[in-house]
Amino acid sequence: MFVKLIEYIGAVIEVPIEGLGRLMLLLASVLKWIFRPPFEIRNIFRQMLELGVKSLPVVLITAIFTGMVLALQSYTGFKRFGAEGLVGSVVALSMTRELGPVLTALIVTGRAGAAIAAELGTMRVTEQIDALETLATNPVKYLVVPRFLSGTIMLPALTVVTDIVGIIGGYFVTVILLGVSSKSYLRTTWDYLETEDIYNGLIKACFFGAAFSLISCYKGFYTKGGAEGVGHATTGAVVLSSMTILISDYFLSAWLFK
Amino acid sequence: MIELVNIHKSFEGKNVLYGVNLKVEKGESVVVIGGSGSGKSVLLKHIIGLLKPDMGTVMVDSTDLSQLDEDGLHEIRKKFGMLFQSAALFDSMRVWENVGFGLKRHTHLPDSEIREIAIQKLKMVGLVNVEDVMPSELSGGMRKRVGLARAIAMKPEILLYDEPTTGLDPIMADAINDLIIKMKEELKVTSVAITHDMKSAYKIADTIAMLYNGVIITKGTPDEIKNTSDPVVKQFIEGSAEGPIVLEGVER
Repeated sequence: MFVKLIEYIGAVIEVPIEGLGRLMLLLASVLKWIFRPPFEIRNIFRQMLELGVKSLPVVLITAIFTGMVLALQSYTGFKRFGAEGLVGSVVALSMTRELGPVLTALIVTGRAGAAIAAELGTMRVTEQIDALETLATNPVKYLVVPRFLSGTIMLPALTVVTDIVGIIGGYFVTVILLGVSSKSYLRTTWDYLETEDIYNGLIKACFFGAAFSLISCYKGFYTKGGAEGVGHATTGAVVLSSMTILISDYFLSAWLFK
Repeated sequence: MIELVNIHKSFEGKNVLYGVNLKVEKGESVVVIGGSGSGKSVLLKHIIGLLKPDMGTVMVDSTDLSQLDEDGLHEIRKKFGMLFQSAALFDSMRVWENVGFGLKRHTHLPDSEIREIAIQKLKMVGLVNVEDVMPSELSGGMRKRVGLARAIAMKPEILLYDEPTTGLDPIMADAINDLIIKMKEELKVTSVAITHDMKSAYKIADTIAMLYNGVIITKGTPDEIKNTSDPVVKQFIEGSAEGPIVLEGVER
């Protein structure tokens, strides 16, 4: 009975532990190849375009509406105890510290993370990754490193856009729709916002970018079993990346914003 | 040129190769035959180091692949060209970029020159005016030809063919056989092909080896294989469902 229980626990945790091990090995391999020439400059720029620039429209829409609804909700809520003057700082602090990095990461994961897993997964099952190796090209260096780098660089960049656009959205609702004075909105925005809020948010974004791109590459890279396998890899990439982002967000926040 | 010594390989507890020995001389064309799932592809992937044996050694030009680090393995892979069963073309690149991929990675030639070389290699495999097409727009036979052009672009000494005629109509299959012979004669390459297409095997092989139950059970010239008395080989080359070979998952 006791042995059976141990066996059962072992069987349950074996797969995730093995997966974590392989993910860490992939990370080690990525870190090794990042610094070895030739640098895949063209490839990196192409991924930055694919993952960053092409995510802009959806990031913009998310940001502006998040800023708007945040302003609307906090205005109506704060009005109950006469604190509607603080809407500007609520929007600015929420966007820079929390919503900017997290929402951008989730949106980009849904878009680019899924695409990465599907592309690498298809390359795996159609033997294109093997073909790269036969052409004396390391697939981690050629495929994973550029995606990992562009994820880590572009997510903070997109977060800056989200922060700014969110604050503009908040301004639009508070000042133009609800009639609060522009001067008071801007003053409360700047008064309570510290540079630390912004760059700690960007550190989080950097981590999220590295995490989702690595996980998506990992899921795609080790895809097995045809079209169905690619489907599983894609879903797995989005789910695991999103979970990692949301869970690590708590711990990063607790650590960064003491 | 290539020597496999006592190669063992298993996947998740299932033995696929069980002590394979195979020697390929320089300039020789060896075809490994065997049923689906017999481990032919696994065998081929060991030769180019895509898979590592659980036991045994793979020697290429007197170099033991297991002794090489990643860079060494890449160096030795430059001696190889490999044609994959599904061609495995990079679908995000144009045909000429596929063919010129190795040149782009490993030489400093300008793009215009790589393109010229790619066009010339494509011509060698009988394709013209396809250099700017995307692989998805090509037929199966054309994809294999592009795959072959890519495999020969770096002037390899050894060509590996994974089921070169599978999935092609008989005429296209024969055209690919002719190309394989042409590569051998014009480029003087050593080649290893795996197939279950006996017509193709007889045509392109100097030596045929049969893989069965994880070992090479017989090796000989096409004529020797045709006149074999081994019941397993006989059943396979005659393509009969009746005989000593047990079909996996099929009850009799």
